[in-house]
Amino acid sequence: MTLDDILTSLFPNGRSIETSGAMIAGRAVLPDGGSIHVLGLTQGEPLGLDEAIVLAGRVIQIVKSGDRAPILVLVDSASQRMTKRDELLGLSEYLSHLAKALLLAEAEGHRTVGLLYGGSAAGAFIATALATGTLVALPGAHPAVMDLPSMARVTKLPIDVLTAKAEATPVFAPGLDNMVMSGGIHIVWDDAAPLAPQLAALLRLPHGRDDRGRLGAERGGRRKAADLAERVEHAAASHQAA
Amino acid sequence: MTAVTANDVSLSWYEASARQRIDALVDAGSFCEFIGPELREISPHLSIFDLPAQFDDGIVIGRGRLDGASVLVAAQEGRFMGGAFGEVHGAKLTGLLRAARTLKQDVVILFDSGGVRLQEANAGELAIAEIMRAVIEARRARVNVVGLIGGRAGCYGGGSLIAGTCSRLIISEQGRLSVSGPEVIETNKGIEEFDSRDRALVWRTMGGKHRYLIGGADAFVEDEALAFRQAAIAALGAKRGCNAAALEAEQKRLERRLQRFGEVEDAIEIWQTLGIDDPTDVPALPTGAFLRAANDRENADDAR
Amino acid sequence: MEKLSFRLSAPKRAGGTRTQAIVGVVASGNLEVLLERASPADTCTIDIATAANGFGAVWDAVVRDFVARRSAGGLRISINDGGARPDTVALRLAQGVRKIEEPER
Repeated sequence: MTLDDILTSLFPNGRSIETSGAMIAGRAVLPDGGSIHVLGLTQGEPLGLDEAIVLAGRVIQIVKSGDRAPILVLVDSASQRMTKRDELLGLSEYLSHLAKALLLAEAEGHRTVGLLYGGSAAGAFIATALATGTLVALPGAHPAVMDLPSMARVTKLPIDVLTAKAEATPVFAPGLDNMVMSGGIHIVWDDAAPLAPQLAALLRLPHGRDDRGRLGAERGGRRKAADLAERVEHAAASHQAA
Repeated sequence: MTAVTANDVSLSWYEASARQRIDALVDAGSFCEFIGPELREISPHLSIFDLPAQFDDGIVIGRGRLDGASVLVAAQEGRFMGGAFGEVHGAKLTGLLRAARTLKQDVVILFDSGGVRLQEANAGELAIAEIMRAVIEARRARVNVVGLIGGRAGCYGGGSLIAGTCSRLIISEQGRLSVSGPEVIETNKGIEEFDSRDRALVWRTMGGKHRYLIGGADAFVEDEALAFRQAAIAALGAKRGCNAAALEAEQKRLERRLQRFGEVEDAIEIWQTLGIDDPTDVPALPTGAFLRAANDRENADDAR
Repeated sequence: MEKLSFRLSAPKRAGGTRTQAIVGVVASGNLEVLLERASPADTCTIDIATAANGFGAVWDAVVRDFVARRSAGGLRISINDGGARPDTVALRLAQGVRKIEEPER
């Protein structure tokens, strides 16, 4: 599906979305007549500080408007932009700032939903899709931390050995299925059916707690994380009493 | 009233292990570890790669006292797997931050990390996202989360994004804070973009002095455990939440940085613009002289 | 990875009252040693997971020498090894015993 196909299927009742470079921003109408904010990083481009500051500014304006409308973040990106300039100027602060703005929006009553419809990797993935309250994907989306050839270089393992290991565990290799199994992606939507009802159904679900660890445990992709985090909480509380 | 046993151990932060740093940071003998090495909660994934595990998976968490006040502490061990975040390593920090929110107790994170552990990349990436969310939820409950950066592995990748969510950052000259590491930039963009073997370039682009000068860190300290301890005590002194006003201030601060320095080619030019008389001398300046020269630096104040 | 286990009779009992101690780090050429008071007083058990395969005889010599010379009775020792040389192993074992014997604060 092209971005336009996706937006048309999501918002049959109308939308007003502007494109600026690889970014989109605007509003759309939900099936129940309510309004939803739409933001996006498109065209598979890297996320650098110039883009992050614009997207974060939009999110903060939305929070300040006080309308508490949901925010949909569409993502098809590369990784963070890897340049001397971005790092010289403190890219980590800009990416964190964008993530914080999205987390703030959710805490201030905006439902935040990420829709991964293409690629995304590393810092760009963390600062956008993974900073939303619920992340969904379309078939064909391809999240990654690092591609296998680069991973082979860093781990000093032959690519065919890595590929064989990737068959045995979802824990390291790139790909949608692995990210779903690890609990990072809530659900993969059906792209043969209209997307508007699927979004409406998602917006009706209760939310507010980070349930990615639990999902990862249930799906078998991350068996230890949720349980261990809970045990740490208990240990901290019981040492407190002692 | 709890008697405060001042810690007076002299120790290079950069050279020390995670456990040595904690012992030197908190009031003497006050640290109590959670999920310690005796429980052997090791990574279930490293054996797939025929790699040895470590009993604490490279992070020590627990509670201690800082100048008498109870704080939660997490310290990464940069020498084990580069201090990288895997499933167990990440979950220990996530759990600690969630406890901080519930118990309304401040947190100090001793960063020393190359980022996500590639052998468990998906679990590590998600751990970063969960930790960032837990930091913000804790901060919104008026809990301070202070980050200390000065370890061997620096604070790279996902670690740098977590650092960006902290309420205060304390850095030493040896602390490096950056998303992509020098080798990653060079591998992806070529040696013309970034020569990772040019150590002076690495330090002035990603190192503690530069980060302090542009407002990327709030306090600059000597590579000395006592200096980190004193700065951490000071940073925990004032309560700072995380609301729309704070993020709006950060938006303005980061926009201003782009306007002011967006066209610059090298850190030296930034330092010159910041009014430093001999910007090329900055890397050689001892702490006291550097702090005086940094008088007109960009300041983050509460814009974080 | 290779796993090795030793159960040795120890002439000298470890002193002090600490229940456990940990020293070292798992890195190239280094190792971590976890010591727990979990064996009979005249016995020392040592479990090793090492990244360097085929050095069983060297480990055997190092741990036997350690148990014979240091006060290791009553200890259960667990080692994660990143391929350390024998002298580094001996140093860490000695540090570990010293640490578990330190007075508690």
